[in-house]
Amino acid sequence: MSGTLARLRGANNEGLLVVVIVAVVVAMSAASPAFFTANTFFALVRSSMVPLVLALGVLLVLISGGIDVSFAAIAIFAAYASVKWVLEAGADPGLVVVFAIAMAIGALLGLVNGVVIARFRLPTLIVTLGTQTIFKGVLIAYIGSVYISAADLPASITAASGAHLVDVAGGGYLHFMILPVAVVTVLVALMLSRTLFGRSIYAIGGDTEAARRVGIRVVRTQMWLYVLVGALAAFGGVLHVILGRNANPQSLVGVELDTIAAVVLGGASIFGGRGSVPGTVLGVVLVQLINNNLVLLGVPSTWQRAAVGVLLLLGVSVQALGASRARRRPVVVQKEVEA
Amino acid sequence: MTTPSAPVLEVIDVVKTYGGVHALKSVSLTLVPGEVHCLAGENGSGKSTLIKVISGVEKPDSGTVAIDAKIHSHLTPNDAIRSGIQVIYQDFSLFPNLSAAENIAMLSELAQRRTLVSRSRVRAAAARVVDELGLRLDLEADVADLSVADRQLIAICRALVNDAKVLIMDEPTTALTHTEVDRLFGIVRRLQERGVAVMFVSHKLNEVLQISQRVTVLRNGEVVESGQASSYTSRAIAKAMTGREVSERRQVSVLDPQGPVLLQVEGLGRAGGFTDVSFSLQAGEILGITGLLGSGRAEIAEAIFGIHPADSGTITVAGKQREIRSIRDSVRAGIGYVPEDRLTQGLFLDVSIADNMIASSLDSYRTRTGLLDRGRIRSSIAGLFDRLRIQAPNSAAVVRSLSGGNAQRVVLAKWLDRRPTILVLNGPTVGVDIGSKEEIIAILREQASLGMGVIVISDDIPELVTSCHRILIVHDGQIVSELSDDEIDASEIQRRMAV
Repeated sequence: MSGTLARLRGANNEGLLVVVIVAVVVAMSAASPAFFTANTFFALVRSSMVPLVLALGVLLVLISGGIDVSFAAIAIFAAYASVKWVLEAGADPGLVVVFAIAMAIGALLGLVNGVVIARFRLPTLIVTLGTQTIFKGVLIAYIGSVYISAADLPASITAASGAHLVDVAGGGYLHFMILPVAVVTVLVALMLSRTLFGRSIYAIGGDTEAARRVGIRVVRTQMWLYVLVGALAAFGGVLHVILGRNANPQSLVGVELDTIAAVVLGGASIFGGRGSVPGTVLGVVLVQLINNNLVLLGVPSTWQRAAVGVLLLLGVSVQALGASRARRRPVVVQKEVEA
Repeated sequence: MTTPSAPVLEVIDVVKTYGGVHALKSVSLTLVPGEVHCLAGENGSGKSTLIKVISGVEKPDSGTVAIDAKIHSHLTPNDAIRSGIQVIYQDFSLFPNLSAAENIAMLSELAQRRTLVSRSRVRAAAARVVDELGLRLDLEADVADLSVADRQLIAICRALVNDAKVLIMDEPTTALTHTEVDRLFGIVRRLQERGVAVMFVSHKLNEVLQISQRVTVLRNGEVVESGQASSYTSRAIAKAMTGREVSERRQVSVLDPQGPVLLQVEGLGRAGGFTDVSFSLQAGEILGITGLLGSGRAEIAEAIFGIHPADSGTITVAGKQREIRSIRDSVRAGIGYVPEDRLTQGLFLDVSIADNMIASSLDSYRTRTGLLDRGRIRSSIAGLFDRLRIQAPNSAAVVRSLSGGNAQRVVLAKWLDRRPTILVLNGPTVGVDIGSKEEIIAILREQASLGMGVIVISDDIPELVTSCHRILIVHDGQIVSELSDDEIDASEIQRRMAV
């Protein structure tokens, strides 16, 4: 039985996730006729975009065997700082340049993480907990703490905020920014599966010492990884400003748990070495589905947090079960050979 | 076999110290193409340090490593790999989360400084090596799902994907069964014919003499013997490794026939494991239980210790019948157990030696107020540390840093501190070198002479012959023979095991 079933399940439980998502969609459609519409679908896409970009960064870190909680702080730092500087400069350089500035800032902040983690070999959770607080502090103290409303945002950002790709009756729309998000997602997927850098991240997550022994430059790879993750977070931050039509230095706080939960649900191992982009996309969609639409099933919105927590625990349990099965297997094989 | 060709690897006067301790004192060694050179030595003799120096992981304090007559003053791991030196580590250093093909080809992809990885190229590179060696491996499977023997083959394939000139194998046979060892030797000989120089690191003497042309023995960081393998006997190498005559003579105490019976097992059985097992154990006796792997020998021990309780029969400890349904029950009955896989089952690896030693006896150190009696704990630890001659800077060192023999002594210490009436040991000397092996057996003899009953489960027949009063042979879940005194003979045991 295990052969076909295992293939349907996917290497990282992607199949299982599809089944769960379909079940949730069916349940919600049955509960509320308003659910199964293009409107809801586009809203889901819209609300998944920022979480997805942030989740891709978390995915990379998890695969390499680390855990990052500073990405939200980097995202808002980079986005807010770049918007503020553009406003102070007085000239709007265009959307692409705003993104470029933000991603450069993000990369720099990521480098701080990378240097501390790779050079001093410190636990990633503690390092990023520390840098997260530092980034937030520096942002509020030195960059600014003032909420920038839609009216004051640079024109290029405001224009991007209103860019719709598809409009449907009833006010629903597919946002234009889905295109760059899709491109980034595909690029990350290709990087992970088709570049030596991507494979090295998997190798380091699988066994860091073994990676060092086969000649992977672990320190360098990790530094670049955190630089990349910082830039990704910054991309997500600017996207957040565009979609939210405001730049608030206090926002994006608390998305860390949802993002990590989505990535783990998507099959990434908290012990490193495993995870995929398709899984992460599905994980993000599931978490957003729950967050946005649980109300339709008659569940009070106060229970959304609890629901995400339960999902996270389920995701980790499925992994733990798989891992213990894998550990037992080789021993059995050995005994068979001998007997 | 050895041809007088130019050496592919020369280690010249290498010195390495760690914090004042000489790990290597002026070690020199050469390796010529097509030879199998065995590096023998006990744990802590400097074998691992020498490997690290050759592979560029550690920088020597002085001395040089020359590869193909090119002297490398600052050898880095990448230099070593590029010069054709490959190490197969004891733990294989594979990536459990990647496929076999990718594990093998990762090295060539890295060496070619690729940016993009193509699945077909990876697969082709891996398949080429696997075919060359005439192996059958599932290249798509994740390494985590493969058996230990297959993982080792993958490690070998990986080492060869870049046309290695020097292959260093660190303790390659520890985790293998006899058939697998034979297959490994077949591969080593094939590599030899291709002109690869193989450095075979081992402390299993019969294997060493079977496969290698030259032998170098390290002791305390120095080369004490080096020469043609054919000119050595296993006894001579053992002596060179330990620095003393190693006795393989049978040496057992005389038992008082009227002595108290500590353990009486009657008709013990467990579905799928063993049936109708009955035996007794006297105070001061060392009882051996042997059989092939899968014969049920380990299951019997696990039933007595309550890990997988028996479902029929009785166990009587010191005259009192005991219901043993869990480990707790057996510990309370006074039974101690040293498991086979000491690293995962018997020790807290990242905790100090001292804390490990008292881990199972903390209850006995409680004072009347319920606090721990620090003074008594300290003296117990100091006593055990000295008595078991554990080689570590002090008892605060973490267990992970210890060699196999020393880790095993910590497990022993843990159980001795409980003062059990009966001590059951499953493979007490697996992965332990000769000198430590002898000392562990000496400790068991000493404990037995103090009135403890000892059960040793092992497939190391010489070890059983030297130490046991009686030996039970298990086959297919049943005790098929019991040998005592003069009947105990290695070849006889081997014959009865295989029936």
